[in-house]
Amino acid sequence: MSVALTLPQPARRRYRLRRSLTEAGSAMLAIVLVIWSLAPVYNMFLIALDPEEGEIEFDGNLWAPEPSLEGFRAVVTQEARYLEDFWHQFGNSLFIGVLSMLLTVVIGSLTSFAVSRMRLSKGSLLTNAALLTYVIPASFLIVPYFRIMHSYGLSNNLWSVIAAQVTFATPFAILILQLYGSLVPFELDDAARVDGASAVQVYWRIYVPLMMPALAVVAIYALLLAWNDYLYAAVLLAVRNMTVAVTQGQLFSDTDAPWNAMMAAAIIYVLPPIALLFALRRYVVASLTLAGVKE
Amino acid sequence: MQQVLGAGPTASVIRPPRLPGRRTLRGSDFRWAIAFVLPYAAVFFVFVVYPFGYALWMAHKPSLYAELIADRSYLPTVVNTLLFAGFGVNVKMFLALLLSGFFMRRRWWIRASLAVFVLPWVIAAAQACVSFHWMLQEQGLVDGLLSALFGIDGPIWFNQRWLALGANIVVYIWKWMPFWTVIFLAGRMRIPRDIYDAAEVDGATGIRRFVHVTFPLLANLYLLCTLLSTLWIVGDFTTVYLVSGGGPAGTTDVLATLGFHYAFDSARPALGVAAVLSALPVLIPIVILLMRRLQTSEVEL
Repeated sequence: MSVALTLPQPARRRYRLRRSLTEAGSAMLAIVLVIWSLAPVYNMFLIALDPEEGEIEFDGNLWAPEPSLEGFRAVVTQEARYLEDFWHQFGNSLFIGVLSMLLTVVIGSLTSFAVSRMRLSKGSLLTNAALLTYVIPASFLIVPYFRIMHSYGLSNNLWSVIAAQVTFATPFAILILQLYGSLVPFELDDAARVDGASAVQVYWRIYVPLMMPALAVVAIYALLLAWNDYLYAAVLLAVRNMTVAVTQGQLFSDTDAPWNAMMAAAIIYVLPPIALLFALRRYVVASLTLAGVKE
Repeated sequence: MQQVLGAGPTASVIRPPRLPGRRTLRGSDFRWAIAFVLPYAAVFFVFVVYPFGYALWMAHKPSLYAELIADRSYLPTVVNTLLFAGFGVNVKMFLALLLSGFFMRRRWWIRASLAVFVLPWVIAAAQACVSFHWMLQEQGLVDGLLSALFGIDGPIWFNQRWLALGANIVVYIWKWMPFWTVIFLAGRMRIPRDIYDAAEVDGATGIRRFVHVTFPLLANLYLLCTLLSTLWIVGDFTTVYLVSGGGPAGTTDVLATLGFHYAFDSARPALGVAAVLSALPVLIPIVILLMRRLQTSEVEL
């Protein structure tokens, strides 16, 4: 703006023209991005609001011709085929998600506290080794996991899936916590130690409160990892113990499934992480803008 | 380490000098530190080292690999994996980098569109993939749109290898681009404003500012994210399994889904493990590169 004021008349007009063109361009881009992001969600509603149960007939509809909440009703009352255990499975998803989240946050933060704040010598060996977890992508280990969980006596046990999620979420959690932790000044720890605080007190009273934004990001990451998982839940759990994510894909071959109810179930399943992100948004924004505050 | 999230040069100035001799932990502190790392060490050995060793042991026979090469579906699968990872990672990362610049603009409606834009990251992968699958079915939403807007009949997306593979890549980008955009956004926010002010005085605006200021400062972060994302996409199972289902006739399978089919559909677990482990010669260098990158920037820590 200040630039414009110092420019001669025609240049100012050109500047204004360019400005409004950029403005229009970014408005277009924003609209395109919103459509791009929401298209599959819209499609979920399109199918879920269809009153017809059973085989879906696509007629190239762009909106639901006769919207009805029948699909949602069938999910809530567990009447729809394949969804007889919906709430039980929803509970399983929630149990796996929440416990994976808590364990990842606790284990990850303790490890990165000991290694980067308490400066445990040779501790970086462990945090570096953690990254080795990603040499083999999670899905590649499913066969050994299947065998090993059996030998640990954990077959068809929700804890086997939790163990897998924590295993694959923690390395990234440690990475993020160390990156963020390097922004938190060490003087605070040192001052507390001089005042006689124990290691546990420094962790609980100083490290955790100061790291809240990063911990929130890690928590969201871990929950989403568990919530997104399809493979581990599908392979390690038997049908009744399954999570909601799995029931969706199981019916891939069955076009005769009540797809309106299935999509209604998908919409319900999508909600908890959105709620978590909304609840923690303050911390997420804080973790993004921390450096800006410091400068 | 700070460099990883963007403007590194300032970090070393802020950090207090380390006092020599204060580094060794003694007595109860040492015991606490050990107790703190113990849970993760246990997880690492029980759920990473052991399964990894188990996998290597399952797939150690050379005959398995000979069998893989002889299998006609193996080499196309390798090609698919390379294409899926190559396009999936690079297109996604580049768009994420550009979009993070867009979301830096201070307009309320850009902030609002960011909230919508991160939605795909929060939506469960399996559900989103199934929705995409139905969207691309005959007479689904995409075909409906094509005929409403342009009056053309859309192709049968999952009947043609390249269309189906393209669909998988697009869905993957849809799902994961927001995550990396947010990471780059955080990186950009760490670039001090005065660097831009100085660049503006020197006449660097627009594209020149991006090429000469923003990108060099974000290059390290960009490389790290690309490496990490490559590791993750190679292991991506859900997208291919639920969008194209590997179809038509298994021509869009990637290593992760092929290994799954071998192990659980053909009851050849060892062959399945061998199929996925054959990606190790590519993955190990990536991890080594990633760790070295992290270490060089960690020297400061």
